[in-house]
Amino acid sequence: MEPEATIRLTVNGEAVQARTPVRQSLVDFLREELDLTGSHVGCEHGVCGACTLLLNGEIVRGCLTLAVQAEGADVTTVEGADLKSLQEAFVERNALQCGFCTPGMLLTADALLKRNPTPTRKEARAFLSGNYCRCTGYHAIVDAVLAVAGRETS
Amino acid sequence: MKPAPFDYLRPEDLDAALAALAADPEAAALAGGQSLLAMMNMRAARPTTLVDLSGLSELRGVAEDGVGLRIGALTTHATLETDPLIAARAPLLQCAARELAHPAIRNRGAIGGSLALADPAAELPAVAVALNGTLEIAGQDGRREIAADDFFLGAYETALAPGELIVAIRIPSTVKRVAYRKLARRHGDYAMVGLAAAWPKDDSPRIAFFAVSDAPTLAVRAGRALVAGDVDAAVAALADDLSPIDHPDCDAATKLHLAGVLLRRAYLELGE
Repeated sequence: MEPEATIRLTVNGEAVQARTPVRQSLVDFLREELDLTGSHVGCEHGVCGACTLLLNGEIVRGCLTLAVQAEGADVTTVEGADLKSLQEAFVERNALQCGFCTPGMLLTADALLKRNPTPTRKEARAFLSGNYCRCTGYHAIVDAVLAVAGRETS
Repeated sequence: MKPAPFDYLRPEDLDAALAALAADPEAAALAGGQSLLAMMNMRAARPTTLVDLSGLSELRGVAEDGVGLRIGALTTHATLETDPLIAARAPLLQCAARELAHPAIRNRGAIGGSLALADPAAELPAVAVALNGTLEIAGQDGRREIAADDFFLGAYETALAPGELIVAIRIPSTVKRVAYRKLARRHGDYAMVGLAAAWPKDDSPRIAFFAVSDAPTLAVRAGRALVAGDVDAAVAALADDLSPIDHPDCDAATKLHLAGVLLRRAYLELGE
């Protein structure tokens, strides 16, 4: 039997109380215990961004946060965030293929636009640099983000 | 790539945290976790107990202390990036934070963790040296202070004794004349070579290189050459000031060359 803890937190607006192994990451907890499989597990050391989710309103790496560290916190995943404009732009611009990076991209793009509603292409690329995509080659993703920002670029 | 099992404690005050660390020699302190949890996921680190510091309000806060700035160890890189006091009093920290890893990492990663880990490629240790910072340290034996100049001893090696914690870093009076350059292949990558420089009034510039050797290195001779206005001599002096170490991504000779390139670029900014 390995060490476990009971945690209480809010996930996508709902109160949750659950047992978790102390060493379970937040992203694994959300996926395995709560069936919220929208957040993905990629590199497990913080570089790929597939596990990106919101903790108390800020984007964080779900693989570098323990579930026990979310005690008392407010967690939002791609399933619960308001991302409609970005999602529509991603579809219009073909900014996803396999979709593995997409939840992380959407949440990171949303964080960017909340901080900087009119980013330049360079600023958008820098902010999204922590989210890897193997399919699209990135340009369509940046196009989609800038389209939502109101700046059309080719 | 899941961590080995460990016990988890979240003490409510500093004394309890220090007691927990003293009780288990293989315990690790958890600050932001952006390096530690990554290492644990890869089982490169296997602490038997994790002491979560997030409940320690003593380690939080950015405040003026009458001389300069006092920055709590748990201050996140994101705060360094956006806090108006940091921008006004320690802009070199803001420069470094802006290019440190990625936004999601910056929301959790903390300055105390970065300084205690002392990764040779880390940015903040070099900034601490360039700004002539002082670290406040707590252990079960009491408190002590140590200059950043004396704190970084080697790769992942600091002057912290077992069981000790960084509580805060103090930055003395504001230096406005600063320059920061980090050379990396992509945004957010570890540096291939980096430089943090601060030029106080009536003194030599403090030019601290990172990702060159196994710890931040103050280029003292180069600094003196810049006082004389001789940037060519300063670049040449780097061969004596620095002891570059080969890295798979960048060999020692290249590091030395790039250090000179960054120094010339930084001098243009410092010269203003």
